[in-house]
Amino acid sequence: MWEALDILTQANFWAATLRIATPLIFGVLGALLCERAGVLNLGIEGIFVAGALSGWLAVYLGLPLWGGVLVAAGVGAAFGLLHGVLTVPLGLSQHVTGIGVTLLATSLAYFGYRVAFPNVATPPRIEPFAPLDVPVLGELPFIGPILAQQTGFTVLAFACVGGLAFVLARTPLGLALRAVGDNPEAVEAQGLSVVGLRIGAVMAGSALMALGGAFLTLSAFNAFYFGMINGRGWVCIALTVFASWRPGKALLGALLFGALDAYQLRVQTIAGGVVPSQIFLMLPYIFSIAALVLVARRADYPRALMKPYFKGQR
Amino acid sequence: MIRFVPRARTPLWLTLAVSIGAGLAALALTAIPLALTGAPVFTAFALMAQGAAGNGFALAETLTRATPLIFTGLAAAVAFRAKLWNIGAEGQLYAGALATVALGAGLIEAPAYVLVPLVLIGAALAGAVLLLVPVLFKTRFGADEVVVTLLLNFIVLLFVQMMLEGPMKDEMALGWPQSAPVLDEATLPKLVAGWRLHWGLVLAILAAVGLHIFITRTVWGFRLRAVGENARAARYAGLPVGKAMALVGLLSGGLAGLAGASEVAGLKGYLTADLSPGFGYAGIVVATLANLSPLGVIPAAIFVAGVFVGADSMSRAIGVSNYLADLVVAFALLSVLVGGLLTRFRIVFVRRGTA
Repeated sequence: MWEALDILTQANFWAATLRIATPLIFGVLGALLCERAGVLNLGIEGIFVAGALSGWLAVYLGLPLWGGVLVAAGVGAAFGLLHGVLTVPLGLSQHVTGIGVTLLATSLAYFGYRVAFPNVATPPRIEPFAPLDVPVLGELPFIGPILAQQTGFTVLAFACVGGLAFVLARTPLGLALRAVGDNPEAVEAQGLSVVGLRIGAVMAGSALMALGGAFLTLSAFNAFYFGMINGRGWVCIALTVFASWRPGKALLGALLFGALDAYQLRVQTIAGGVVPSQIFLMLPYIFSIAALVLVARRADYPRALMKPYFKGQR
Repeated sequence: MIRFVPRARTPLWLTLAVSIGAGLAALALTAIPLALTGAPVFTAFALMAQGAAGNGFALAETLTRATPLIFTGLAAAVAFRAKLWNIGAEGQLYAGALATVALGAGLIEAPAYVLVPLVLIGAALAGAVLLLVPVLFKTRFGADEVVVTLLLNFIVLLFVQMMLEGPMKDEMALGWPQSAPVLDEATLPKLVAGWRLHWGLVLAILAAVGLHIFITRTVWGFRLRAVGENARAARYAGLPVGKAMALVGLLSGGLAGLAGASEVAGLKGYLTADLSPGFGYAGIVVATLANLSPLGVIPAAIFVAGVFVGADSMSRAIGVSNYLADLVVAFALLSVLVGGLLTRFRIVFVRRGTA
């Protein structure tokens, strides 16, 4: 019993929490940006895969690590453009188009990987992001060891939370983005382009999602594996509702999820043999569903979410 | 300027033309990455066609692969018609497969004319109950069924792995995590001796015809369509929207469950955790290619199955990755979505100022 509680005092556990949460932070931020503008983006799962492969491949081919990050963001934005064009001006079903984007991005990535490495037994590796060397905080007890396991990529995730929160809440662009997901007619009346704003938001959101994937291959691990995303994208869609489409709460939701996942991994080793490991592996998914059901009634959905807008038509 | 003018009716030839056009567009789009890799594009496609339908054996293999896709395609079609976004057919398939081995692998001993229907009903119920959970979450709590059904896929697969490593593990299987085989009395017979094609295909086609009649000829079928087209109007008209949704959930989940039963009792004989290479997700593509028509699901499933079977055979011959099949299918889904605009709207060119 005490062992199970003791986990919470280990610096290792908190370091793992941050590591598991980082891709989810990017994913939830990306999903909430798309949805705030009125577009559900179920391409997220595939965009994670494409970001993971493209970022890693760019570094493998000789780009610096941050170059790989940029490539992943660009690839994500390209899939965002596809999803945006199909769902915004053409007004196609956001559900089915999103599934289509996921299938396309996943199969392009897997096909590309097989073409680039036809017969490898062990996946090729890169030199991933090195842990941070934080000057003063790194000396602190407990906090220091946690920070010493993080990379600049995690810092970028936290910076994105602050940046997106600022843009959405404090800038004219943020106001326009929120309005386009609540009341597109009003945005049109202001002389702004609903189509342009929505496509832009989906592209930027998809770029963030791709960063979530790239974190896995450039920082958490050092190689690309088939099936490494394993539903992380879908979890982000659930966490977005849990976060009420707010960047701050998105950070909280991702950290909670990360803590739960890190915790189950450690309890699993204590309870090993008694309780089947699959029970623990199910917990994060069950937690996501429970969180969704609990907040769904009170959820303040963007009012124009999933409603296509056509100019001059009510 | 271009305007989309809604069509009151879509002629059948146009629907067919769009589906076939989307299939061709998918091949053309797939040719781009294929050409970039330096592979011989035309040879690859020719080998795919040959591998999918070049001889009787290949065609039987394609139809075998199409069988679960017809079931999951129907599951998606009936749900999407009512705007119930069931993305969980993969999980429901495994639930049906689990029920199949739970009932058919020795628990009950009975002659085939009892055991086969029992196993099928059990599998359909397992899939149906699994989808009823997200439907209730949606109607009672307003929780989005897309996310819940998606996440349930992962939970069910873990549950299946747990059962196969624990209580349902076959001790005779040399340590492999697989279930005991289903009894002969619970097996769906082969259609042709020596081939893998089995009676599941006949059941799948019967299910498609039955669903077509249900949707077009019965009161509940009409209610189901009404709920899908405009839930609020249906509610004002006094239709039982909640009940209709629950019915759709039972039908859709049941059909996906049958896909699992058909794969286990007709093809594999036992359950492993890699029973389905994504049949549930591919069902969404099949249903969309079929324009959500139950009868259209049959040719759409055969097309998608042919792409996969053909790609496997092509891959063995010239070493191009069989992920090419996933590419064709993904492009086909997106192409048919765009093509669907042509069936729902007339595209009119309007000169600026006259509109």
